[in-house]
Amino acid sequence: MGSIQLKSVRKAFGGVSVINGVDLDIKNGEFAVFVGPSGCGKSTLLRLIAGLEDVTSGEVLIDGKAVTDVGPAQRGLAMVFQSYALYPHMSVRNNIAFALKMAGEKTDVIERKVAKAAATLNLTDYLDRKPRQLSGGQRQRVAIGRAIVREPKAFLFDEPLSNLDASLRVQMRVEIGELHNDLKTTMIYVTHDQVEAMTMADKIVVLDKGSVAQVGTPLELYNRPNGLFVAGFIGSPKMNFIKGPSSERRGAAILGIRPEHVAVSTTAGEWPATVRLAEHLGSDTFVHAEGDGIGPLTLRLEGEAPLKPDQRIFVTPREANIHKFDTNGRRID
Amino acid sequence: MAMKQSPAKRVGVTVAAWLVAFLIFFPILWTFLTSFKSELDAIAMPPKFLFFNWTLENYAEVQERSNYLKYAFNSIVLSVGANFVGLLIAVPAAWAMAFAPGKRTKDLLMWMLSTKMMPAVGVLVPIYLLFRDLGLLDSLWGIGFVLMLLNLPIIIWMLYTYFKEIPVDILEAARMDGASLLNEILYVLTPMAVPGIASTMLLAIILSWNEAFWTLNLATSNAAPLTAFIASYSAPEGFFWAKLSAASTLAIAPILVLGWFSQKQLVRGLTFGAVK
Repeated sequence: MGSIQLKSVRKAFGGVSVINGVDLDIKNGEFAVFVGPSGCGKSTLLRLIAGLEDVTSGEVLIDGKAVTDVGPAQRGLAMVFQSYALYPHMSVRNNIAFALKMAGEKTDVIERKVAKAAATLNLTDYLDRKPRQLSGGQRQRVAIGRAIVREPKAFLFDEPLSNLDASLRVQMRVEIGELHNDLKTTMIYVTHDQVEAMTMADKIVVLDKGSVAQVGTPLELYNRPNGLFVAGFIGSPKMNFIKGPSSERRGAAILGIRPEHVAVSTTAGEWPATVRLAEHLGSDTFVHAEGDGIGPLTLRLEGEAPLKPDQRIFVTPREANIHKFDTNGRRID
Repeated sequence: MAMKQSPAKRVGVTVAAWLVAFLIFFPILWTFLTSFKSELDAIAMPPKFLFFNWTLENYAEVQERSNYLKYAFNSIVLSVGANFVGLLIAVPAAWAMAFAPGKRTKDLLMWMLSTKMMPAVGVLVPIYLLFRDLGLLDSLWGIGFVLMLLNLPIIIWMLYTYFKEIPVDILEAARMDGASLLNEILYVLTPMAVPGIASTMLLAIILSWNEAFWTLNLATSNAAPLTAFIASYSAPEGFFWAKLSAASTLAIAPILVLGWFSQKQLVRGLTFGAVK
């Protein structure tokens, strides 16, 4: 069991409010991702759940029980830190075994559990090494091993992949995803990378300036962002926002259209534009263009599009994929 | 620090460094040499540097007159014991200041440091009277207590700077792993800070070993360490330089050896945090 609830949780450091009343319900077994730009409070929120910070007001409940006054050691959660935070003076074996020793487990039980965790994470050959003798990816695995060996109620990940290079990051992302499928334990994962959020999450919590902007499945957020902030944050490349006559005609202050939801023609269309740069990725072409009277546009075309800088094009949005926002940046349906 | 230097400049700097080192070391060398001279050779003018009748009679006489081993034993017990107790107090104190600072932590640290600037003689009379009334005069417990208090600010300060260098993530990981505060300090913080703790202890032990003001004023015989042993050779009738030198050599020998073998840690301890 590992359901986590937050009830109007607030956190202030000195006079500065960092978390402004967050209500959240994470179900047992769910993979929840906190995502947002740096400084939005996502790591602080995770630390409040972990108990590493005290809430200023509000309640944290684990499995329905209030743990606001319970220390991190007693909450039964495991955390993987961005810096891995391995114990540098202990071997991999002792790093993984530490929590079990603290819990007073018997030696043979510890040995069996460490061996099992090491086997799961391909660490068996490295058990007697010190953390400094390991590569970044291996250290990350030790940090995860240290977490899974305790069979916690929930895993908390604080930007665990941001110190890894790009290819390793993709690999570890898959491994963490598979781990979740195997263990079916609640996971809360903090990242600033919306691609990680989209690919891993059952539920994404988008945070903005210490408040929850929107909660939903990846596709809900992609298809129905509730405001300009979420619309701009989720999706890569970013959604285009258009003001002016074409938005007024559709009864909105601002139109949002994703780069992949447009038709591009060299002869006719709604928005005439000039190509500034075309990025050819093979599978896609990203076109950066300057729309006449509407400013910069990013377009994503499938396959090879034979476009060159300074070429004139015409862009037409797909009506079904247009998002409309009012003057306050809220979604209009 | 890859500065290009001309060979001439390098030679000059090296010679100057040796010269300064020799100047600083000279008194110790002179004391050592004098301890092997006769009293007459010791005060000879012009001074005799190496060519005199080498003799061990000063050492024999010193050992005969006073029990060196007893003083040395007291010195060891006091400097090691007092600072070990100090360490037990300083580790949790430095933990609190480094990892759970309050609004006044900086002020507290400054205040502790300021006590080192107070002239000790200012509190001699009250402490002497307290010791007399408590029956602590000339006792190892009493003097050890004072020595511990004397070094506590330095030990806490040094440990504080060491602890500040330890990533707090690792301690938080221990907390998440279910470690109690005591286990966190015992199994995670302390092993990581061993180099820092070692150099702190080394420095503190040397300071206690050399401490003369309180040891001379509060101890007379039973609890007297080597400082009292040396002081007893400055008699009203004048100095016996050769015997005084022999006593001094005996007094500094243990700490000199300790310092020699732990130079690296000592230098690291003294300059830690100054440059990163």
